[in-house]
Amino acid sequence: MKTTGELLAGNASGHENWGKVLEVAAREVFELMLGCTLTVPETPFEDTREITAMVGLAGLLCGVMGIACSVKAATFMASKMLGIEPSQVGPEMCDAFGEVCNMVAGNFKNKIARLGNECMLSVPTVITGNDYSLHSPTDSEALEVRLLFENMPLTISLQIHN
Amino acid sequence: MNGIRALIVDDSSVMRKIVERSLRQAGVEMSGVFEAGNGAEALAVLADNKVDLILCDINMPVMDGLEMVKQLPAVPNAKGVPVVMITTEGSESHVVQALSAGARGYIRKPFTAEQVKEHVLPLLGVNA
Repeated sequence: MKTTGELLAGNASGHENWGKVLEVAAREVFELMLGCTLTVPETPFEDTREITAMVGLAGLLCGVMGIACSVKAATFMASKMLGIEPSQVGPEMCDAFGEVCNMVAGNFKNKIARLGNECMLSVPTVITGNDYSLHSPTDSEALEVRLLFENMPLTISLQIHN
Repeated sequence: MNGIRALIVDDSSVMRKIVERSLRQAGVEMSGVFEAGNGAEALAVLADNKVDLILCDINMPVMDGLEMVKQLPAVPNAKGVPVVMITTEGSESHVVQALSAGARGYIRKPFTAEQVKEHVLPLLGVNA
């Protein structure tokens, strides 16, 4: 198994390690900002896409990073970030979920050589519901990392448009 | 360090609450906390209020954090007030831009209360 340092030696021209870098970036955000450890599912899980946060990337890397999960999981994220009970979480749930995606995207790009300086992030967008399709350019690549947050499925994706 | 007045600038209300909590966890006693959702709102707050510390995101709508920091010298209530950027933008070029514009500290998201302590307390005249 490669060390974090080796994984982070990825650069903007090759995407071989980016899935692992994405996982490391997400783990750090959840550990530092939510006090939670993301775990790897022992068996594949079904997509529980009830809410999706997206952040656009532009510049040296163009694409979209997204995090999708259940509303319950997003509510738990907000409760962890705010230090309140899940039952007390209100409309700030979308704000918190968008910030998680924003931080994962930022942490990811800062780990890839050159992307930190030459890739910009949009403010996050949050979509509720699952009746939508994301249409990307036909030559785009897609990375997907599936993890568990408090035993709830979390799908982190990166659509790369260039 | 008794009762400082802090201005927290971030387009996320959740993040503003997290920054405020991190300041308290770092041992910063606050007599007042002002919040702004972007640089323009922050300048409006400073037009009417004196603060002791400004913590500011970079990527925000209307007016970003770098532009706000550039405009602070023209704001009497911001004279001599330390500004710390707290942002997902962690590149060297952003750090250089922020410090060149007048920011005194730079914290990358995700962050810990310990990092807030290390960067903020010395600016308030307290050893971290």
